[in-house]
Amino acid sequence: MSHEHAKTATQNACKLCNPLGACLAFRGIENCVPFLHGSQGCATYIRRYLISHYKEPIDIASSNFHEESAVFGGSHNLKVGLKNVSNQYKPEVIGIATTCLSETIGDDVPMILREYKKEFKNGSPMPILIHASTPSYQGSHIDGFHAAVHATVKALAVKGSRQRLINLFPNMVSPADMRYLKEIFRDFGVAFMMMPDYSQTMDGGPWGEYHRIPPGGTPASAVAGSGSATASIEFGSTLESEKSAADYLDVLFGVPAYHLPLPIGIKGSDRFFSLLETLTGEKRAEKYEDERRRLVDAYADGHKYVFDKKVIIYGEEDLVIGMVAFLQEIGIAPLLCASGGKSGLLKKRIEELVPDVNELGIKVREGVDFVDIEEEAKILQPDFLIGNSKGYTMSRKNKIPLIRLGFPIHDRFGGQRMHHLGYRGTQELFDRIVNTVIEQRQNASSIGYTYM
Amino acid sequence: MVSGSESGEYGEEKAETNLFIERGMAMEHLGILEGRKKQILEKRSGMTQADIACDTSSLSGSVSQRACVFCGSRVVLYPVADAIHLVHGPIGCAAYTWDIRGAVSSGPELHRLSFSTDLQEMDVIYGGEKKLYTSLIELIEQYKPKAAFIYSTCIVGLIGDDIEAVCRKVARETGIPVLPVHSEGFKGTKKDGYKAACHALMQLIGTGSTEDISKYSINILGEFNLAGEAWIIRQYYEKMGIEVVSTLTGDGRIDAVRRAHGASLNVVQCSGSMTWLAKEMEEKYGIPFIRVSYFGIEDMSKSLYDVALKFPERPDIMDAAKQIVSEEVKTLYPSLQKFKKALTGKKAAIYVGGAFKTFSLIKALRSIGMSVVLAGSQTGNKDDYARLKEMCDEGTVIVDDSNPVELSKFILEKGADLLIGGVKERPIAFKLGIGFCDHNHERKIPLAGFVGMYNFALEVYQSVMSPVWQFAPRKGGLQ
Repeated sequence: MSHEHAKTATQNACKLCNPLGACLAFRGIENCVPFLHGSQGCATYIRRYLISHYKEPIDIASSNFHEESAVFGGSHNLKVGLKNVSNQYKPEVIGIATTCLSETIGDDVPMILREYKKEFKNGSPMPILIHASTPSYQGSHIDGFHAAVHATVKALAVKGSRQRLINLFPNMVSPADMRYLKEIFRDFGVAFMMMPDYSQTMDGGPWGEYHRIPPGGTPASAVAGSGSATASIEFGSTLESEKSAADYLDVLFGVPAYHLPLPIGIKGSDRFFSLLETLTGEKRAEKYEDERRRLVDAYADGHKYVFDKKVIIYGEEDLVIGMVAFLQEIGIAPLLCASGGKSGLLKKRIEELVPDVNELGIKVREGVDFVDIEEEAKILQPDFLIGNSKGYTMSRKNKIPLIRLGFPIHDRFGGQRMHHLGYRGTQELFDRIVNTVIEQRQNASSIGYTYM
Repeated sequence: MVSGSESGEYGEEKAETNLFIERGMAMEHLGILEGRKKQILEKRSGMTQADIACDTSSLSGSVSQRACVFCGSRVVLYPVADAIHLVHGPIGCAAYTWDIRGAVSSGPELHRLSFSTDLQEMDVIYGGEKKLYTSLIELIEQYKPKAAFIYSTCIVGLIGDDIEAVCRKVARETGIPVLPVHSEGFKGTKKDGYKAACHALMQLIGTGSTEDISKYSINILGEFNLAGEAWIIRQYYEKMGIEVVSTLTGDGRIDAVRRAHGASLNVVQCSGSMTWLAKEMEEKYGIPFIRVSYFGIEDMSKSLYDVALKFPERPDIMDAAKQIVSEEVKTLYPSLQKFKKALTGKKAAIYVGGAFKTFSLIKALRSIGMSVVLAGSQTGNKDDYARLKEMCDEGTVIVDDSNPVELSKFILEKGADLLIGGVKERPIAFKLGIGFCDHNHERKIPLAGFVGMYNFALEVYQSVMSPVWQFAPRKGGLQ
């Protein structure tokens, strides 16, 4: 489309920076402190941003660069920082992510870590140090997330004799989704290693005493065992092979990798459950058949409200793709699929899902911000927007209802408890979409029907 | 005493060091890093205590609640509503500061938009000047701002972009002030960011006409119009017959900033961020300044009286101030009694950005029957902490640049019922099962002024007295 204004700057970004994703992923490892090698502000801003969504304390340490560190390198600060974090938090793992600053000055973090280990060889138990390279000038938060997952597997996984064990790399999903995924695996009676798992660390109970590191997360020992698994399942549609933890395990240890889009919608969920049946040789538990039946029934009950509705969907590319698959099933056409991410694969993946994407006039745009999306919205006039809280500004301005999902949810309560995946998650999403339509009709009606 | 030398840097968590005993504090299972101990003290009479160490950069690896230089600048300039704020750097710094403050505007709302040059790898290699230039020209064309602030982030200095030159060029071509803010995150602390922001404001001050400005006029400095607080304050002063030339920077307008040098007095709140500007204006334009606070009945009243005292030739100003105070207090005081009755004997912990705010909060809390067991700030200075020590009760812990582990330790040890802080402190309070009051830039309810005191008491009451805490493990969790 032709813009009203030339546009070089990013305005109201539809993405966050690389280190945020890494911190979140590291938070899903048991007894791990995320550590940012850079300025103090990065850690503080990211903590604030995550806290506003998860409503949980999240301690992220920082090497806290000063001018000298920028001139002479951050090695000294990193070492001092690691020592201090080790002393104060007694972590089993420290997840170190770089920032634009430490990357630009060219700190050789792996070398610094080797030196550190040598220097403190005889100190207190040495935490496992995992390093993910996450310069903020590359990609977005989702890249940092995958970089941390990949780095963790690379650092910890070892070869072993084949176990009846399945690895699951769930992508950046909600704590509620993670709990549901674990429930599914447990019901299949199969051992699993899900990484990361912040279902408890980012959505846990109250504390009787202060926890330096909240309980929960994938144990490092479990990640070590991922090299001997029967298979890996990785959710996501746009992850390059060299950044994929599942592909790493496949190449290095011969653990077969299965890639699925985020399982949203009936077909996506069916594919996931079928894969689990194949891999385990077990039938899915009856309760999932029930969930599926209820969902099919709900589709029938609600179909008239949603059919032919026009929406704009935005967010991380994988989430957008998963959602498009689901929306297809209920007769909702996305007028625009938008993401701040730029994998170069969004359009291709959506074409695979919706072969007649061009005839249907579905626009797919990567690397956009909220001003771009808003300009499109003004022209496309969707019935509603689907995405995270940051679309509220354009939703309010243009009087288009917003259905919130994903991350961040900063202007509603309970984002961390929202389901998106499987039959259960799809049910929740479907209910919310239908209710949005009903509410809209009810509000617009001069009569005020009390039955819909 | 441990100095900032190598030995103090590594924070061995020794169970009980001499230093610590000297400071009269019992160590429990939650440890304090050695390098942090000199920034904590507990008030004990009859003990000679070293002054608290402050004004230092944060210890590496300590999870400081502070932010960076950029954050300091961004906070100060954020409320200027008819300027564009362009963050020159990778996307994070702009994304995390998009519409995050409760600073409201009575007119334009450009400050609620987030602009970033969103530097990519190639920009880092080849420099970002061209992208900055093009971005600026386009944004100014699109949004027609009265000025533009360009914030440098960490890597901008490293890649050698000449921001000054780009700003000069764009200013020439567009005819509006284009002001660089040197806020590279690592080049100091948040306070240096305040200074960089004030420096940018100083470039504007003195460029507008001061014609028609009354002799009885002030600038309100360090008031950011969170939830409309500047409007409340402004109204009081205007009722007293005083002209408010500009508010820096709440509900800020470039044209008002340009005229600020025409005021007779600078009234400075949030001392941390704006004292530097007040001093500069005193030096350059001979405008005296006073420090005030608008939180709590006592300090709010004093801030009206202190301004009136500066205009002794106009007794009607003082009369009006007295009138306002008496009217406001007459309605406010009885309404506070319900809260006071419920809250008497409850204990509070305070951890906020600037130390000056803690003084007012201590007084405000006392006026509703609460005592303070922990008081601290991210950026207080020596004088602040000396005064804090003087004000506090016996046994109160005073901290500079604290972290979650320490805050939790003291909250538990001291049995606090309430924590006052910002977003990063909130989950600590709730996890530990105590009340919380947001006294930071994100609040949506005005806490300044007389009406603000009512809101504050109400919020404290509603959080501390909520029945939900009965289920907290701290209270036995009903199990």
